[in-house]
Amino acid sequence: MVRATRAHDQEQVALGPARVMRPDRAVGLVGYGAYVPRLRLPAKEVARVWSEGSALLPIREKSVPALDEDVITMSIEATRNALARAHISVEDIGALWVGSESHPYAVKPTSTVVAEAIGAVPHLLAADWEFACKAGSEALQAAIGMVGSGMMRYAIAVGMDTAQGRPGDALEYTAGAGGAAFIVGPHDEALVEIEASLSYVTDTPDFWRRPGARYPQHGQRFTGEPAYFRHITAAAQELMQALGRTPADYRFAVLHQPNTKFPQRAADLLGFSTDQMRAGLLVPEIGNTYAGAALIGLTAVLDEAEAGDRVLVVSFGSGAGSDAFSLRVTPRLAECRARAPRTRDYIARRKEIDYGVYVRYRGKLRM
Amino acid sequence: MEIPRNWRLRAQRYALVGEECDHCRTKIFPPRDICPDCGQEAKARFAFSGKGEVYSFTVVHDAPTGYEDQAPYAIALVKLEEGPIVTAQLTDVDSAQVAIGMPVEMVTRKLRAEGDEGVIHYGYKFRPTLAHA
Repeated sequence: MVRATRAHDQEQVALGPARVMRPDRAVGLVGYGAYVPRLRLPAKEVARVWSEGSALLPIREKSVPALDEDVITMSIEATRNALARAHISVEDIGALWVGSESHPYAVKPTSTVVAEAIGAVPHLLAADWEFACKAGSEALQAAIGMVGSGMMRYAIAVGMDTAQGRPGDALEYTAGAGGAAFIVGPHDEALVEIEASLSYVTDTPDFWRRPGARYPQHGQRFTGEPAYFRHITAAAQELMQALGRTPADYRFAVLHQPNTKFPQRAADLLGFSTDQMRAGLLVPEIGNTYAGAALIGLTAVLDEAEAGDRVLVVSFGSGAGSDAFSLRVTPRLAECRARAPRTRDYIARRKEIDYGVYVRYRGKLRM
Repeated sequence: MEIPRNWRLRAQRYALVGEECDHCRTKIFPPRDICPDCGQEAKARFAFSGKGEVYSFTVVHDAPTGYEDQAPYAIALVKLEEGPIVTAQLTDVDSAQVAIGMPVEMVTRKLRAEGDEGVIHYGYKFRPTLAHA
């Protein structure tokens, strides 16, 4: 099996034997829900304070959590929205997993609080997942396995973050807050059929945060080609190839979105058009929601997709890896969509704040 | 003291779970096992919808210990759709925009944290009802 040694030569990435994943029993998404906080910090505010306004802006504005919000509260609301669309009995939920890099506790699960709040305790698996921005999609892969093996009827996977950025760092322009929850269940109840998935991971030093450190660091030159572009394009291409598909088979594509430029360039490399990317590209309006980014993009797509539409979703997490999912919308989606707020309803609810208020709300002001 | 009390009350605090009287169908919050209407025993769990409206409110500027970081904030008497009135903090709203009769809905938020290293308490608050497209 030949792998590219120079990762920036995308054309040279040789595709190995496809490692496409499919469970024994067909499964799908039986519910989905999103959450975005109300506050917005325009990127030009960060530029005003740190670059005399001269910095190029990677997005228009980002979402900021209120003083009383964190990954627990945001996961509770997204999960309640997913349950409202699913109409299932909470006793049948066999797992609730939350992927994030901003869990409120280093030790004490986010997932047990969320499970308690929705009344799903005590007979379920509950744990927090960690893989930078891939933590939520990793939980989704595991949920497919648990439901697809028949060990449980439903499993919930959440990707949610209140991302951190060092004051003045490039990440401070984009580190946003938000995410999504998905309920995996039997195929015959699905709003969205999960056709197949694939995962592509390597050890790549592009981004990290050590225990106790308040802000993450990034390995400058590793950020783009060797990390984001290599993993996203390889995962997407290998999955499409294994299924005998091309970009033309998909009405929508959602890629992890750390800024506006990266997903647009990855889409170009893969052969997806602006039109295929439009519905799921939320980063200009809410920022990079890390473990939530690809997943909340998918919720915005599901808010407008029609029966028969195919959706390709590819996450990316630093460290590094990508999960790719090939999805197909069923007629049930249209019936259930209006039972919870749409992702756009949350994006439209906005209050702009300035850098000073942002510094106070994010605990960057130490007194 | 705070940790056991919050733990004991988690169902009502996280999810607004109260009771319903088997005898006269009165909905009860917070749960007290005796119906305030008919005086009979009432222990059936009842999950409130979380929808209601502001019955009255005040704005707190001089906050009690543990809440100083959040001031100023509004506290309201919220009349729930199912009948009871609960006292709760309002969130996602500027104090100047709070009005009597404003439709609100329950959200689960951070109530307070015991310093940087202690436990975080979560519970119900109310926000202006989210506009649906």
